[in-house]
Amino acid sequence: MNKTISFVVNGEKKSVDAPPMSRLLDVLREHLHLTGTKEGCGEGECGSCSVMMNGELVNSCLVPVLQADGATLCTIEGMAQNGAMHPIQKKFLECGAAQCGICTPGMILATHHLLEKYPSPTMEQIREGLAGNLCRCTGYQRIFDAVEKCGAGQ
Amino acid sequence: MSMASGNKEKIVGQSPQRKEGPDKVLGRARYIDDITMPGMWHGATVRSTIAHGTIKSITFAKHIPWDEFVIVTAADIPFDNYIHHILQDHVCLADKDIKHPAEPIVLLAHPDKQRLHAAVDAVKIEYEKKPGVFTIEDSEKMDPVIWGEDNTFKSYLMEKGDVESVWKDAAYIVEGEYRTGAQEQLYIENNGVIAEYSETDGVTVWASMQCPFYLHKALMELFHLPEDKVRAIQVETGGAFGGKEDYPSVIGSHAALLAMKAKRPVKMMYDRMEDLAATTKRHPSRTRHKTAVDKDGKLLGGVIDFAIDGGAYSTLSQVVLSRGTIHAAGPYFWPTIRVSAKAMATNCPPHGAFRGFGAPQSIFAIERHMDHIAQVVGISPEEMRRRNFIKTGETTATGQIVRDNVDMQKIMDKAFAESGYYAKRKEFAKTNKDSAVKRGMGFACFFHGAGFTGSGERYLASIVGLEATPEGKVRVLVSSTEFGQGTNTILSQIAAEALRIEYDDVIVQQPDTSKVPNSGPTVASRTAMVVGKLVHSAALGMIKTLGEPLREGYTREEFLAACASHIQKHGALKVLSKYEAPPNIFWDDQLYRGDAYPAYAWAVYVAEVAVDTRTYFTEVKDFVAVQEVGRVLHPVLAKGQIEGGVAQGIGYAIYEKVIWKDGVMANNQMTNYIMATSADVPPIRVFFEEVPFAHGAYGAKGIGELPMDGPAPAILNAMEEATGLSFNECPVMPEDVFEAMTRSPHSEEQPVITEPAFTGVGQRS
Repeated sequence: MNKTISFVVNGEKKSVDAPPMSRLLDVLREHLHLTGTKEGCGEGECGSCSVMMNGELVNSCLVPVLQADGATLCTIEGMAQNGAMHPIQKKFLECGAAQCGICTPGMILATHHLLEKYPSPTMEQIREGLAGNLCRCTGYQRIFDAVEKCGAGQ
Repeated sequence: MSMASGNKEKIVGQSPQRKEGPDKVLGRARYIDDITMPGMWHGATVRSTIAHGTIKSITFAKHIPWDEFVIVTAADIPFDNYIHHILQDHVCLADKDIKHPAEPIVLLAHPDKQRLHAAVDAVKIEYEKKPGVFTIEDSEKMDPVIWGEDNTFKSYLMEKGDVESVWKDAAYIVEGEYRTGAQEQLYIENNGVIAEYSETDGVTVWASMQCPFYLHKALMELFHLPEDKVRAIQVETGGAFGGKEDYPSVIGSHAALLAMKAKRPVKMMYDRMEDLAATTKRHPSRTRHKTAVDKDGKLLGGVIDFAIDGGAYSTLSQVVLSRGTIHAAGPYFWPTIRVSAKAMATNCPPHGAFRGFGAPQSIFAIERHMDHIAQVVGISPEEMRRRNFIKTGETTATGQIVRDNVDMQKIMDKAFAESGYYAKRKEFAKTNKDSAVKRGMGFACFFHGAGFTGSGERYLASIVGLEATPEGKVRVLVSSTEFGQGTNTILSQIAAEALRIEYDDVIVQQPDTSKVPNSGPTVASRTAMVVGKLVHSAALGMIKTLGEPLREGYTREEFLAACASHIQKHGALKVLSKYEAPPNIFWDDQLYRGDAYPAYAWAVYVAEVAVDTRTYFTEVKDFVAVQEVGRVLHPVLAKGQIEGGVAQGIGYAIYEKVIWKDGVMANNQMTNYIMATSADVPPIRVFFEEVPFAHGAYGAKGIGELPMDGPAPAILNAMEEATGLSFNECPVMPEDVFEAMTRSPHSEEQPVITEPAFTGVGQRS
């Protein structure tokens, strides 16, 4: 039984008809074709499906879409503004923080969330703040580098 | 980083932006699960629930409307029921015999993927169970025999000199047994494909994969189709690490069978639990060492027995075994040595390729063993290595004369200086006494052969193409794939440098077997060295083809203009280049001797660990990786390769344990199979020594697999230094530390080191 659910995603109002318990992840990917949000594990461990919901970082694989009714969402597709990369995206590119790229959208949103909390994070805050997002390629060092440079506004 | 001085290149050695980087950071890159085709259905797999036995019956429960589904069983396979790898033993869909607990039996497709789960559960299979074989030891007992005549997929004997002659002169004979567990590649994107089949065009499979021509060959064999009726296309691939080397041939074949019967495209996308349960992992191993040394710790000779668990089918085990065998001797000079190696069958899902490909297993053993020998002789572990490092001009265990200009001592000195090795050892010896947290330093010395083992590259005879496009770009044509390592970027750098144009003038063709030549599989740390060199020679070929209009010292604009006018005159400009083995490189498959690899990377890694004696938890606090990999083509990518490999190696050492229950991975979730998070990794400090290799692109050797080899032995050596406890199996989990620390000191003998046998005592066993 479907339900109409409305939210704002990347600044645009959207309404979808979906089973209320469907995963926000699937609604984003399949109904709205926002495929930048990735599925890695489906159980909230890897953070590849991270999106911002009402200013908080959530694993969209664990959020029933019903909970997103009336919410404000930001996905990776909403990070670039007017065709210009967000500074976090630029730093990730510059520092080699994206390798295979599958964790990258979630990692960029996690970085965004971290920098909102701590504009100039310490290394401990970075390590802690990104610990919900797994990356199998980089060993995290290039990502730390990118986040530090974002924080320092370099 | 030390850069070789006097390099005249402008693009190679710099770190231009990753080619497909913008798409990745913007979330625009299209991975297989992001792709939908008109009329596409979804596929799923019904797997066995037993490890070994036979199928008695298959029943489809009545509550499912089966007429909505497409159902494929072994009976639908048009010709031979095999997945082509090296041998023909890997069954595509089980029809009678079950060899492992994730054996595929029935395939289902439906337009709505949400309906598949219940349908898979509604296929009931009755079995006649047989006892299974789940360890190397079980397999050796041959009770029962589950593969061939003796459960052995392959064995090798690598001999240098007469090792039996050395025991009588040994001051010490040191024995040890070392084991490594399975390890999951844990790419964050699971295995997935989309297949399409038509009577006229044949079969097309889009896949997350490393080796398009492996899949191409597997599909040709399965459907008896000619080359031009099979297409394998790689799409953006979210990590692979070897885990998408041979497995795409399996899932790709399955999807293609469904697509043929459904007469429409079918996507198969595994979820994490299925991917962990059913796809390949690193081979578990057991290595036994028996080594003769003189009174000063100089190696006289050794016997090494190396065994790996290959799982139920042979797949790539023979080549994994070969690399493991050759690396078993470590970067040392052995006057005489005998390595006996075998890959054994068990009723586990087939084990496969994972970064390092057998070498991390045998290097773990030799590097733990070298520390043990040092203890027995009574010298430091670094002195033990110093006295035995192989040098330029000496011969390896395969009889290969080392031509690399190698200086392991220099690499070790650098690693010790950067890690503060001596000062920290001294400090920890003092502070550990009064601390519940025991700290320690450990290291590993190792080498890693670049490119295919033995005659591999000669058989592959890779081809690379370059073409000028009407839009004024140069396109690289290779089957070598990008899955995060930087293939697109480094091959573009090489082409741009050699053609003397800009990096942005070069584009890379999406790997599609109908559009690119076969530049070989993307494995074995071969892309930079072998494929890169072919891109370089194709570029030289292109300049030669353009000929006359290009004067010496031409500009970029002149080059592009010459391409444009060539295209106008002749319609196209495309140049191919084919692999030729470097001179003086020869391998004898029969004798298993000769030049095992054209070049080696050399490294010393140092780990600093802290073991908490209250929580039994081990942490790596600092990690220094020094290596000589030939010329570094792209410093940022190269560092990223080493850092990522070290993090995987840390997991192999202390986090990543596959728990087996009768051949089933019991912890097949990311919740309980644990990899390092950002909070777990230490600073990983990477240093390169650069000695250009004459036959690699701009001096490059291999780099990708190397960093997987060193961390586990370095960390376990450091744990022994910290705690005095000898761990000889990885991974070491907190429960293993607990067990070792709470064990009564008199309840068990030291299991590894035999007591010193002094000169004249003769052979001990």
